[in-house]
Amino acid sequence: MSKQNKPSSPLLQKTTASMTTFLASLACVVIGLLVGFIALLILGGITIAQGGGSVSFGELIKITWEQGFKAILQGGFFKTANTMGMGVRMEILQAAPLIMTGLSVAFAFKTGLFNIGAAGQYTIGAFCALYCAIVLKAPWWACLLAAALGGAIWGAIPGFFKAFLNVNEVITSIMFNWIGLYAVNTMIYQGGTGPMFNSNTTKTFTLKQASPDSLLPTFNFKSGGKDYFGSMFEPSIGIFIAIAVAILVWIMINKTTFGYELKACGHNKEAARYAGINEKKNIVLSMSIAGALAGFGAGLFYLSGSKEWEPLVSTILPATGFNGISVALLASSNPIGTIFSAAFISHITTGGGFMTAKLFPSEVADIISGVVIYLCAFSLLFKGRIMKLFTRKPKAVKSTSNDNGKEADA
Amino acid sequence: MWLLLKYTLLYSCVLMLVALGGMFAERSGVINIALEGIMVIGALMGVIMINVLNAAGVNPFLGVIITILCAGIAGALYSSLLAFSAINLKADQTIGGTALNLLATAVAMVVAKRVNGNDSPKITYSSNANAVFNSNDFSFQIGPLTINWFFVLGLVILAASWYILYKSRFGMRLMACGEHPQAADSVGINVYKMRWAGVLLSGVLGGIGGMAYVVPAVGDWNFEQGVAGMGFLALAVMIFGQWKPLNIALASVFFAVFRAMANIFDSIPFLASLHWPKEIYNMMPFVASMLVLAFTSKKSRAPKAEGIPYDKGSR
Repeated sequence: MSKQNKPSSPLLQKTTASMTTFLASLACVVIGLLVGFIALLILGGITIAQGGGSVSFGELIKITWEQGFKAILQGGFFKTANTMGMGVRMEILQAAPLIMTGLSVAFAFKTGLFNIGAAGQYTIGAFCALYCAIVLKAPWWACLLAAALGGAIWGAIPGFFKAFLNVNEVITSIMFNWIGLYAVNTMIYQGGTGPMFNSNTTKTFTLKQASPDSLLPTFNFKSGGKDYFGSMFEPSIGIFIAIAVAILVWIMINKTTFGYELKACGHNKEAARYAGINEKKNIVLSMSIAGALAGFGAGLFYLSGSKEWEPLVSTILPATGFNGISVALLASSNPIGTIFSAAFISHITTGGGFMTAKLFPSEVADIISGVVIYLCAFSLLFKGRIMKLFTRKPKAVKSTSNDNGKEADA
Repeated sequence: MWLLLKYTLLYSCVLMLVALGGMFAERSGVINIALEGIMVIGALMGVIMINVLNAAGVNPFLGVIITILCAGIAGALYSSLLAFSAINLKADQTIGGTALNLLATAVAMVVAKRVNGNDSPKITYSSNANAVFNSNDFSFQIGPLTINWFFVLGLVILAASWYILYKSRFGMRLMACGEHPQAADSVGINVYKMRWAGVLLSGVLGGIGGMAYVVPAVGDWNFEQGVAGMGFLALAVMIFGQWKPLNIALASVFFAVFRAMANIFDSIPFLASLHWPKEIYNMMPFVASMLVLAFTSKKSRAPKAEGIPYDKGSR
């Protein structure tokens, strides 16, 4: 930006805008981590005081850092095995579905919709993937497609409600989250007689026994002459598939007519209709694609064989679905950005499990994630502030990217 | 059958309180999707207070009043986070509310684990709650039906809400801010203040509702599940009730029947003979709400300015 009122080059403006977006997200992350640290400090202090011990404030900070916060920051890099396998492997495994749910929410934002239903679509996707794997013994790619299809159907319903019945997609998605969860639990359990339900473990059958062909292929790489992950804990290729899908979605949104039409509907429904775009069809289509992405993510996770569905204790919606909202917001709905923000969210949730559980519950990681979303809700404010640092003329570039601004309609 | 009626009354009371809360927020122009989270915080506070007060040997009647007050205050404090982001910072209200929902469950789990001193997020209070809520001090009989005072409290709050909204100056101003904040501002009403009042009121009612949902009905609560979608059902009740107190009360009874069935379906001979799994009953209120919204929302009349941050400068 020059001091004169000369219009600057579009490229420079674009770089400034994306830089601002990045810094705003960074600010959200830093503040979120800070809140997490304070929460840990308070928790540690209370626990030690309850135990009758007393430590100075300096020591408390040291304990919080050593046994809590350091684990959150570094846990995702740990090579040592805990119950879930290595930190690195766990982080990669969780990042793949998070990229997908993040893409799901981000894609919906781009088309002017808020897909809070990623959790339900993820649940249905998990069911479809597991059904194809355990009952039909289908190969992994077929299971993945089934998962995406299941998610797409579950996403299409809120889209249909919005387009044709004028019901806000947020409320429909929430209701169908719960309907999906209860439906999946019932269909898997079936009073203990479900074909996918292993009554010995009270989980679904492991894919390793039931259908090894349905497991995603794994990868490994050499580090210092030996396998980095060890032969037992090879992570699946899900992460690469997820990254590839993210790139595809980016191309679809930014480089195709189809993506342009969907975006146009998001920006202004009436204008889109005036331009000859069938906006009702596009709403349903957008939600279906968002749902397919979330369902696909569930496929990537459950076909990696590291976890089974537990119909008896799954009384809560999968956190991956809601963390997708943080991922999308942190990435400012940029599909490529979701790869990195998913890695971050996966990093802190993995790290949360490495804290000394006696002092610090692992849900502190969820608190951080929640604070990050809360901050992202008004990140435009951050953007305005940061913009001022770049330019002496704050008014010149006010309307940069507010892709996640959403029209309200009840 | 009496059991069904008892639980229906209990849950309709809860849904009505929370939906009335949502109504105050939305009438002032703020979408309060954080009701679920506010309920969780209220429930957490209620559960902790019931245990603490009982351990301290406070007289039951006083204990209940303090518990209700604390739940309401906790809800109001939590809702102020929404008010701050939505009103002062003009943030997206749906996203802010969603963040608060997620945050509430995380906070509740951390606190519950700390209170228990172990790795379980389940807090038990059955003996303490029973001593109060099922005692003669806190409930009365109409024929074979046991009703606790929560029901009476609900009726009082319903009447008060109706009066406040339609008959008081405050209510008129509140509604003006939700319909046309610019016009309200032009006649000297402080839109920001009215919206804060609306959201705080919804926090109080949501907090009390959360406590009323958890404490009298069951003996222990696993905070992992939050309040299992009850806050969202309350939103559906509010929409079905068309943002009007009396309609909300009727709508809440309708939804409460479905919710109550999940608790007691195996003690009703007809339903028990169907041998449906519990999940079907859990699902029912959500399915019912979708059907109802599908048929009613074409002519839905939401407050006009709801969801749109008010900017004094753009008047």
